[in-house]
Amino acid sequence: MQLLNTLYVTLPDAWLRLDNDTLRIEVERETRLRVPLHHLTAVVCFGHVGLSAPLMHRLADEGIALVLLDANGRFKARLEGAVSGNVLLRQAQFARGADAAYVLDMARSFVAGKIKNTRQVLQRGAREAKSADEAAVLIRRADDLAASLRVLPEATTLDTVRGVEGEAARQYFSGLPLLVRPDQREHFAMDGRTRRPPRDRFNALLSFLYAMWMNDCRSALEAAGLDPQVGFLHALRPGRAALALDVMEEFRPWADRLALTLINRGQVQADDFDLREGSVSLQGDARKSVVTAYQERKKDEITHPLLAQSLPLGLVPLVQARLLARALRDDAMPYLPFVPR
Amino acid sequence: MDPISLSALQHWKYCPRQCGLIHLEQAFDDNLHTLRGQAEHARVDQPSVQSTKGVRVERALPLWHDTLGLIGKSDVIEFLPDGTPYPVEYKHGSRHKAPAIAACDDLQLAAQALCLETMTSRAVPEGALYYASSRRRRVVPITADLRKDVADTAQAVRQMLASGVLPSPLVGDQAAQRCKGCSLQERCQPQATPLLLAAARRSLFDPEA
Ligand code: SF4
Repeated sequence: MQLLNTLYVTLPDAWLRLDNDTLRIEVERETRLRVPLHHLTAVVCFGHVGLSAPLMHRLADEGIALVLLDANGRFKARLEGAVSGNVLLRQAQFARGADAAYVLDMARSFVAGKIKNTRQVLQRGAREAKSADEAAVLIRRADDLAASLRVLPEATTLDTVRGVEGEAARQYFSGLPLLVRPDQREHFAMDGRTRRPPRDRFNALLSFLYAMWMNDCRSALEAAGLDPQVGFLHALRPGRAALALDVMEEFRPWADRLALTLINRGQVQADDFDLREGSVSLQGDARKSVVTAYQERKKDEITHPLLAQSLPLGLVPLVQARLLARALRDDAMPYLPFVPR
Repeated sequence: MDPISLSALQHWKYCPRQCGLIHLEQAFDDNLHTLRGQAEHARVDQPSVQSTKGVRVERALPLWHDTLGLIGKSDVIEFLPDGTPYPVEYKHGSRHKAPAIAACDDLQLAAQALCLETMTSRAVPEGALYYASSRRRRVVPITADLRKDVADTAQAVRQMLASGVLPSPLVGDQAAQRCKGCSLQERCQPQATPLLLAAARRSLFDPEA
């Protein structure tokens, strides 16, 4: 399997056009980059980027995904060619979505994957903690998460599952700031998870990374032929990619880890953020280095426990989307979230 | 009756799930095998007519069989001086294949022979498989057993397509022998067997597992 060759365009006011068999990026009529189309599986544009219709036609013909995100990485649109999705698979997906017992079971799986992976983040933090006190706090939080995980099988309604998930998230986010390097804690203080808008630097960085992971999960589901809007744990709502959010849960801890690495290594610093009336966002230049770090991280080889196969982290969403497709079609196949050992 | 592609018969014989992924779900993932196969076919896919020693050679001839509901294209058909069609199917790889796998090629060739018989009203008693890497032909008599197998397989494929149900992955010896060479392995995930998934599921809510 090859890692998806994604071209991320973060340059504001870039203009993308077709030039024979290459994609050309211009800024103020000056060519900045040329990429042969056959190298690409996806083109992802952030914010104010323009592109020509002939290029769009060609991308559609070649089956190269075109994704438009806003400057903060949030999904706006995606261009799809004539062949898209798998109508039989979607039919199975809809039937499963109408089966309450099945929905509950799926929701438990997604939450279990998330809790296990977040727990690993805290446990590792406890092992590496400099002070015994902090290690003890982290271990206590990890134990709380273990308790949440154990009650999941007994959660008999979706609301209960969501409640367990919310409680686990609170426990986790109360421990996470202890993994920030002490001399950066003041700048990257975090008071739980704040989404819209993010109200501190840590949350702003997380939101940006989550948006990119989310987009990859969505693309993976689409590549596997699934409908990203028909989910299980997340309630259906027009405009919401509920299934992508479901699959994304097990990957959030990976984004959290990357955020911590960026902060602790000083690759992202306090003055990389715009602070306005309490809302915080990542600045343009810093966005670019976060995108680069994210792309690098996706190349890390990890072992998938179910496939007993080493593969780049960036491909795991696709592998999970395919496992999910199997689970939805086949009665004997449960869905297993990605939980590395 | 929607016609079935001749290649579907071969896919089905190799692995019903492979057949389902390609012909039901329209999935196709390139790997080395299929890319090599395409390079080989690029040459034989050009329609052309050649003649040597009274043998007329047709490439990329459209084939069909209305009663069996089959449709496809030949690699090469040689028309012998008496007009008898002689199908030759090109395969990458060598002719030393496990018998069960070679049988998939035989089936596809036999299906071509049956098409040619109804199209030309002439008996087609024999055809050949040409293996690119060993550059050898293997002659295949179109036996009664093969003819029956074509009809049975066509029916099985048709049933699968009508049901819309994707067949399960291969298991055991068959999986060990065939999945390695299958271009759809990554999409199919035969390693994640139902047993393995069930065990993993049981330990999902155990924090220490
Ligand atoms: S990987 Fe194995 S089971 Fe799956 S389609 Fe290929 S041959 Fe069949």
